[in-house]
Amino acid sequence: MTAIAEREREAVEVRNRATPEERRSSIVGWVLIALGAFVFFAFGVGVDGELEATFNLSLQNDRFLNLAWVVNARALSMVLGSIIAGLGVWRLTRRALEWTNIALAIGFSLFALAFLTWAAAGSQFSMVGMLRSTVILSVVVVFGALTGLMCERVGIINIGIEGQLLASAFAGVVLSSAFGTAAGLAGALLTGALLGLLLAWLTIKFHVDQIIAGVVINFLALGLTSLMSARILSDVQSLNAPERIPAIRIPLLADIPVLGPMFFDHTYFVYGMFILVAVIHLGLFYTRWGLRSRSVGEHPRAADTAGINVYWVRYRNVMLGGMIAGFGGAFLGLAQVARFEEDMTGGIGFIGLAAMIFGRWLPIGALGAGLVFGFARAVQQKAAILNIGVPSEFLIMLPYVVTIIVVAGVVGKTRPPAADGQPYIKQ
Amino acid sequence: MSDLREESQGGETPPAPADDRSAWLRRVSGIDDGFWRVLLVPLLALVMALVVGAVIIMVTDVDAWRLMGESPGTAIGDMLNGIWVAYRALFFGAFGSVRAISETLFTATPLILSGLAVAVGFRTGLFNIGARGQMFAGGLCALWVGLNVELPALLHIPLAIVAAIIGGGLWGGLAGFLKARTGAHEVITTIMLNFVAAFFVLYALKTPLFQEEGSNLPQSSPIPGSARLPPLFGDQFRVSIGLFLALGAVVFVYWLLFKSTIGFEFRAAGLSPSASKYAGMNVALLYTLVMFVSGALAGMAGATMTLGLPPYTVTSNFPGTIGFDAIALALLGRSHPYGVLWSGLLFGALIAGGRTMQAAAGVSVDLVIVMQSLIIIFIAAPELVRAIFRLKPTEVEPTQLTKGWGS
Repeated sequence: MTAIAEREREAVEVRNRATPEERRSSIVGWVLIALGAFVFFAFGVGVDGELEATFNLSLQNDRFLNLAWVVNARALSMVLGSIIAGLGVWRLTRRALEWTNIALAIGFSLFALAFLTWAAAGSQFSMVGMLRSTVILSVVVVFGALTGLMCERVGIINIGIEGQLLASAFAGVVLSSAFGTAAGLAGALLTGALLGLLLAWLTIKFHVDQIIAGVVINFLALGLTSLMSARILSDVQSLNAPERIPAIRIPLLADIPVLGPMFFDHTYFVYGMFILVAVIHLGLFYTRWGLRSRSVGEHPRAADTAGINVYWVRYRNVMLGGMIAGFGGAFLGLAQVARFEEDMTGGIGFIGLAAMIFGRWLPIGALGAGLVFGFARAVQQKAAILNIGVPSEFLIMLPYVVTIIVVAGVVGKTRPPAADGQPYIKQ
Repeated sequence: MSDLREESQGGETPPAPADDRSAWLRRVSGIDDGFWRVLLVPLLALVMALVVGAVIIMVTDVDAWRLMGESPGTAIGDMLNGIWVAYRALFFGAFGSVRAISETLFTATPLILSGLAVAVGFRTGLFNIGARGQMFAGGLCALWVGLNVELPALLHIPLAIVAAIIGGGLWGGLAGFLKARTGAHEVITTIMLNFVAAFFVLYALKTPLFQEEGSNLPQSSPIPGSARLPPLFGDQFRVSIGLFLALGAVVFVYWLLFKSTIGFEFRAAGLSPSASKYAGMNVALLYTLVMFVSGALAGMAGATMTLGLPPYTVTSNFPGTIGFDAIALALLGRSHPYGVLWSGLLFGALIAGGRTMQAAAGVSVDLVIVMQSLIIIFIAAPELVRAIFRLKPTEVEPTQLTKGWGS
């Protein structure tokens, strides 16, 4: 082969070479086809054709008492498997590339539904209960993700979300037990903000490595709360008995089947989560505050030249982020668990961080990713109750494994804010 | 901090400028500049940590606060006495007797090993928070060999250690591989792998491979004598031959980082991944390799906690907080093997003393975690220490050890 022919062949190859997004679409396609086939055979063909799965669609206190969906487990799984595989084939065509992640998310949701069908075959299963816990279990994750987002949008990596959640849960529980719910809430917000201030102070004033500063916050929160829990709370138990914040049932809306218990019968933390996501989204992309924050996160030098006080913007946003974590910690300590336990966060702050990356540094993405993690945890809890033969330890691993898979780029290449993690030194 | 030139350690220290440190220290010490350059900040960090720790002991003294309304004098006296009792117990628990020194060395053994693991990562710009998970992996592999293979001790122990090296190495290498191939940040993956490993160990200890017959606790059956790390000074003292394993690892890591070609590449990749790539190094492979080495060291630490911990039945949380202590002591030791050795001994003393303190003074050992995090703050922010002690500023030491999400 002559050199010219060789070069021409190379040129054609370069032209035909798939872009990374196209390659990813294909990979996702094959993954979905494999998943669909697995569902079709393992959960469909492999199940006794007589068995029926009963999904309860209402809770005990619902107005429509006996709403349920009875379905043949085998048929449903086979249909779901076919849909998943169909999604995969659609991905193989490499068209509409922006739908890759959505196809993946739908595929995994259907997989989860098929899994539950298989697990519930021949018995009953509270579908609406699981969807409701999905929302509840995603709250702390979403608040954690929003905290990370607030910080990283101005160029500061916050690994200390876990510590902020833990410390504010502690402060919330103690102050609420002593002085009432309002004090607890205020204390939690303040604690989160103070730890945010510590992070900002160490990284901005002293140029401490941002990740190390975050790790320090985690240690500090773990050590201090465990110490005080062992030395004070074990002795004065009245300080570890906050009044549980009750749910506020929204009239009429809460009576809608399925959606009512899912979204409209919660504590104000849950409503606050949805409002906060909307507020941050609007603020970040449609206000001067948002433009300034983003410019500091993308190109602090240029922002500084344009007259923006980079340090002040960073301090402010990191503290606001800390308050969001404080709100999340208050939910954990005052509503979800309603007492303090040592290391009660158990890594959920890091899951929030992963949700932020999964959500591509967007508030709406953080909400979506948080709901995915919440769903994974809800499935794990329900599956543990159904007792399906998989050891519970493996089910508990599920959210952590999902996190690894998520950050290892099933989501594809994401682009963090350009100055993320970079110290800014004013000249 | 990770400066290639600074680490020649061949004896000659670059002459420090005259105003390198404050005048009073020069007058007081009379020790040469190089010594203080290395030790000043860590020592002051330790002092600060002890001071803040004292304040915390005071503030959390519930009984004394109850007295405060009636007789403040007695209450404050009680508080000060509480600090004295606690710190005295801390000191005597660490150095006060042969048993205390044995406890210090015993506690330091896995700390040194896992501290080395974190230090090796730092040198390559990787932040391995996964020492805990790698200890689980390595410790479990060593335990498996210990329980399921029959060999004379001379072969059994080395084989179990090798299993720990492989197990821990693969668990760490997985995080390195994910970073190299997909860019997944090692901080998140290693933390998640910690949880996965912890739950796997909880599961594994309930399987017949590990569990004692007839028991349903997540606890292993007793390790046969041939796989137990022999104690150095008889059965009544816990310090074991694992100490020599740790000392050997210190020498090995020193050789690896500063005398071998691959170690040079590790450090080069830590200083500038792009320049290393340009120089023809395979940075992706280096990341995987360095996380393997890091994981292997932590795995050995895990083995000392499974095979060297009387009463030789392993429970589900055998690494304890060692995986996290390792980060603090790698920072304190400035990611240098010898620094890690000394800070490992120091932390061994703190923790061994902390256990005595908990028993004698009712101050929970969590205080040591708080002290460790304060030490990290002061080490990572030397300007803060200088500001507190009003020392003259030397050169600004950048402490950005890790990389953001992007790189």
